[in-house]
Amino acid sequence: MQIEASVPQAVPSDPSVDLNQVRSIIQEFKTLPGAMLPVLHAIQDALGYVPPSVVPLIADELNLSRAEVHGVISFYHHFRQQPAGRHIVQICRAEACQAVGADALVAHAKAALGCDFHGTSSDGQFTLEPVYCLGQCACGPNMQIDDDLHARVSSDKFNRVLRAKRGVQ
Amino acid sequence: MSASNTSITVYVPRDSTALALCAEQVAAAIAQQAAQRGISINLVRNGSRGMFWLEPLVEVATAAGRIGYGPVESEDVAALFDADFLNGGQHRLALGLVEEIPYLKKQERLTFARVGITDPLSLPDYLAHEGYAGLRRALTMPSAALVQEVLDSGLRGRGGAAFPTGIKWKTVAATVAAQKYIVCNADEGDSGTFSDRMVMEDDPFMLIEGMTIAALAVGATRGYIYVRSEYPHAIAALNQAIATANSANYLGDNILGSASSFHLEVRKGAGAYICGEETALLESLEGKRGVVRAKPPLPAIEGLFGKPTVINNVISLASVPIILARGAAFYKNYGMGRSLGTLPMQLAGNIRRGGLVEKAFGVTLRELLQDFGGGTASGKPIRAVQVGGPLGPYLPPSLFDTKLDYEAMAAVGGMLGHGGIVVFDDSVDMAKQARYAMEFCAVESCGKCTPCRIGSTRGVEVIDKIVAGQPQQIKLLRDLCDTMVNGSLCAMGSMTPLPVLSALDHFPEDFGKGELGQAA
Repeated sequence: MQIEASVPQAVPSDPSVDLNQVRSIIQEFKTLPGAMLPVLHAIQDALGYVPPSVVPLIADELNLSRAEVHGVISFYHHFRQQPAGRHIVQICRAEACQAVGADALVAHAKAALGCDFHGTSSDGQFTLEPVYCLGQCACGPNMQIDDDLHARVSSDKFNRVLRAKRGVQ
Repeated sequence: MSASNTSITVYVPRDSTALALCAEQVAAAIAQQAAQRGISINLVRNGSRGMFWLEPLVEVATAAGRIGYGPVESEDVAALFDADFLNGGQHRLALGLVEEIPYLKKQERLTFARVGITDPLSLPDYLAHEGYAGLRRALTMPSAALVQEVLDSGLRGRGGAAFPTGIKWKTVAATVAAQKYIVCNADEGDSGTFSDRMVMEDDPFMLIEGMTIAALAVGATRGYIYVRSEYPHAIAALNQAIATANSANYLGDNILGSASSFHLEVRKGAGAYICGEETALLESLEGKRGVVRAKPPLPAIEGLFGKPTVINNVISLASVPIILARGAAFYKNYGMGRSLGTLPMQLAGNIRRGGLVEKAFGVTLRELLQDFGGGTASGKPIRAVQVGGPLGPYLPPSLFDTKLDYEAMAAVGGMLGHGGIVVFDDSVDMAKQARYAMEFCAVESCGKCTPCRIGSTRGVEVIDKIVAGQPQQIKLLRDLCDTMVNGSLCAMGSMTPLPVLSALDHFPEDFGKGELGQAA
């Protein structure tokens, strides 16, 4: 049997990603010691996710293999490889929030958004994520929408906050 | 209302818990009402006093001291003005002098002395409240004397492992290298803990000062604060404080005209709990997966980028300025046994008065839960408390008279860790909590070692079987826990069994009905 030389698999090009923008982000951070996380954060902040099509660029600029870059992206919960909804809704699942009803809030959120954790509501507005502690443990249950924190979140408060988010778009 | 030409100072916290309870809207309403009524006020955004059931806690500076009102909602603001709160007027939300509130008055705040009082981002405010007194003294001392001062203070790492901070510093100081680092572990991922977050948001210069002193002590010129991505407010506060410290020459080259230089940078984590483990954190800072390293070599000898590195928790480093400012003897005068100084403890979960309590070591759990915390928020009896984070055991009420000291807690099978205390009332299902501990480990394991990676998943399965009515599986669960305790590379795998086994030991009745409790 003949073994073919392995050819790096082509990464599907994604016309929605502006690779020049990504290149300039990488240039900005690549000289930092341990530049990988700052680069990935900057890309996700700009694009909302880290598209597979940018992996070869990062690998090339940081002198790493694609596997290493992919390995880092997939290790950290914060980095996403697909676009998310317009807003990220994080609900704390950790013990302090559990002690004051986080599980019920999670069940309500899943029903209200019609999706499970890591899913997005059908209108594309909200992606639901679990989070293990937001550091507001004396005032649970807690959630964060984008960078806005909300403490002592009841089902009613959840509905109000999401309505307000929809209203201001 | 008395018209006055000197403006009155009003404080509205900018701590993220206060913000989560709508402090921003309250501040805006106060500014708007003042403008509408033609009153000139000086609105200061202070940190939080850590009495979170009173947040947003609005304070007014009067001749008698700071008078508090809380919890204030924006709808209350007009009525507060009507009640002349700017001159300490009576109102149903009035709390009197804030310093006299028993919860605060009974504390021994050394590390948190400024927190809630000052504007966290004002360097002049920091300097006016003993800020940088420690660094000024440190700059006059040889580095060996600095290390000795921290050794003499008895300070042990406040991140959980309680290793003597001075010994760590001594090792780094003694290791010869062209480059050394100070790394602050600000990956406060444990549920029930928020003291690190409060330092970073509510007194960031204190952390910066502590790291700078550490740099002088060991000869490091570069430092990183690794902050979890879940703390955007902390990251913003630190970045702003670092910029201010740089421009005032408290950081950078030739600090305050000395020969010493220290460059400090914030790095943002990416949602991996394991990166709170020091070697995983270093891997992450280097740009890799946050996978635990085997020790030795110790980070003190081969740490970040292979160089000698001091890696300390936020509270450890934040405790250093006052030790230098007031001396080791002052600090070690607090505490008991080998647990010296104070510990900022955090009351969380189902608790009536949740918040931050800084006390000398030796306070009992019951004093914290009852005298400070006031029992549960739900009004039901406390059934269990988890001390020291998700890897800490669950303690039943029979152990609440234990003194909070590293050794005394260990003697009853508990751990003190970083002083996070999560309270559960009698509606808690302890088998569910045990299952959660394993599930959390399965989600967050770095995967490097088998007992943690696979054991946690098997642990979830075994607990499910027990709860479904197979008591004989309890022996298997204990066996599995034993393997994880003894075979894991780091605390994640070796300590996940603690909450599981403590739930089994103290609350066997939750693991099945009737005779199953006996079998446990």
